[in-house]
Amino acid sequence: MSSDRAPTFSSKDAVVCRGVGKIWAAGTKRAHEALRDIDLDIQPGEFVVFIGPSGCGKSTLLYLISGLEDATEGQIWSFSDKVETPSPDRSLIFQETSLFPWLTVWQNVSFGLAIRGASQAERRAVAAEALQRVGLSAAIDKRPDELSGGMRQRVAVARALAMRPKVLLMDEPFAALDVQTRARMQDFLLDVWRDSGASVLFVTHHIDEAVALADRVVVFTARPGRIKTVFPIVLPRPRNLFSREAEAIRIQLTELLRDEVDRAFAEQEALAATA
Amino acid sequence: MTVVARDGDAGAAAGASRPAAVTRLFASMAGLDTLSKIWWTCLSIGLFAGIWELCWAFGWADPKLLPPPHIFLGNIAEQGKFFNTATRWQVGQSMNAAPSAFESVMITVGATTMRVFAGLVIASVLAISIGVMVRYWHVFDRLVLPTITLLSPVSPIAWLPVAIFMFGIGNAPAIFMVVVALFFHMVLATISQIDNVSPNLINVARTMGATKRQIYARVIVPAILPGMLAVLRLNLFGAWMVVLIAESTGVGYGMGQVIMLARNTFNPSLVFFTIAVIGVLGFTFDWLLRLAQRRILYWLPDTKEKLRVL
Repeated sequence: MSSDRAPTFSSKDAVVCRGVGKIWAAGTKRAHEALRDIDLDIQPGEFVVFIGPSGCGKSTLLYLISGLEDATEGQIWSFSDKVETPSPDRSLIFQETSLFPWLTVWQNVSFGLAIRGASQAERRAVAAEALQRVGLSAAIDKRPDELSGGMRQRVAVARALAMRPKVLLMDEPFAALDVQTRARMQDFLLDVWRDSGASVLFVTHHIDEAVALADRVVVFTARPGRIKTVFPIVLPRPRNLFSREAEAIRIQLTELLRDEVDRAFAEQEALAATA
Repeated sequence: MTVVARDGDAGAAAGASRPAAVTRLFASMAGLDTLSKIWWTCLSIGLFAGIWELCWAFGWADPKLLPPPHIFLGNIAEQGKFFNTATRWQVGQSMNAAPSAFESVMITVGATTMRVFAGLVIASVLAISIGVMVRYWHVFDRLVLPTITLLSPVSPIAWLPVAIFMFGIGNAPAIFMVVVALFFHMVLATISQIDNVSPNLINVARTMGATKRQIYARVIVPAILPGMLAVLRLNLFGAWMVVLIAESTGVGYGMGQVIMLARNTFNPSLVFFTIAVIGVLGFTFDWLLRLAQRRILYWLPDTKEKLRVL
């Protein structure tokens, strides 16, 4: 919207969005607005969770920040660099397995270094170190199809970490995992996050996940996605998710989301009626 | 074979924790699997041949028109001499001066197989290169794709005169025919394979700073390989079909010539014998390709196994 708005951010901020909007398939019949007027500042080392009704554009914002897609409105900076193309500084982790099935685990993890032409010894050393950080040293020579879903996502995290990113973008990375595995993966992710010092932007539609992980929760409205509220969670870590405070936050977030989910439903029904 | 290999692996991996006897049991089961596959293949062919023989025994199949396997396979030595088409057309060559029946069959089979193989290799290399180039350079796409789409429905028969105009008589027109029959479809198949590469894999490479060239070389080409091998297997049979058409007119010798000879001399035994030889060759080629597929594409899941338990 207001790209003329002066960027008022300190250069140390991990991610800064100013008036960011995205229209998919702009200029065609299928054009639809995914995001509108997003202003967001994310500190280095901060853990921020995006929640919102499905189709609200929270994943879109992640793609825009990664540089894989261009915003149609506004501007995005990361550590005072304007985001225009993808960068190894901002690693993206997907919901589905995105490991290269034809490469072994260590070759997957060191893929980014292979692209830069690093030697095999160097690549293997970096992969071994990254795999150790995700607790998968034993799997270094395995192939992705020999691993469970949770292990594959840990390898994907290791691959992202091997690039030493300053920002870790995670698009519902644990959505395909069962509840127990997901809880373990959340603990694991918090350890990794603490060690790496990177900012994490994490998209989910599980309120529990937001309460377990976030320093701040960004709640999105129904489509077109705008920021409804930014909700800080000041619970000390490690968090007791069954405490009364956690329960109170969960209820508040559920309330915040409910209106938006209702609106998203109403909109979808209206769309179905016109179709 | 994947199953065999996997079972073998599982057995080996389990060897550390489980007794060696179990490992050996796994290994023997793997062997049994191959044996049972061979057994079923024999049964399948035997059943088909048996029905044919029965029809002959009941007098439904006239042995002069539809000679059953025991007749057309019974006089292999006699039929073999007809394969001596290699030198038949040369002036001053008599039937008897030619190589022995066995040698004749081998020469003919070898020549046809070589044409199929050469055609397949040339068509695959060309088609995959062109397909990748179409997606790599947008201009190339717009410049080349319409023509390729336009030419792909043309029947190989229509190319036959072109093959002879361009290459005359010999190996070249037969190989050209195989290439031209496969090339256009394989280009389109390559493009559709590229379009089906998971965008996540490409995005991963992009976020790691890969250039367009690196994405094509390290992500897209390996990702389309499984599909391309499947396409190659399907086209293998097409190649065997086309090479016979080419040989029956454009080339001095080969399986196609033998079929034409059999037609002209009203020799059904020779037709069925040649068909049997082609069948065995095609089967062997397919088997070798599947073997290669499992070696090269070890990471593919075995869907067939999953369907079997339904």
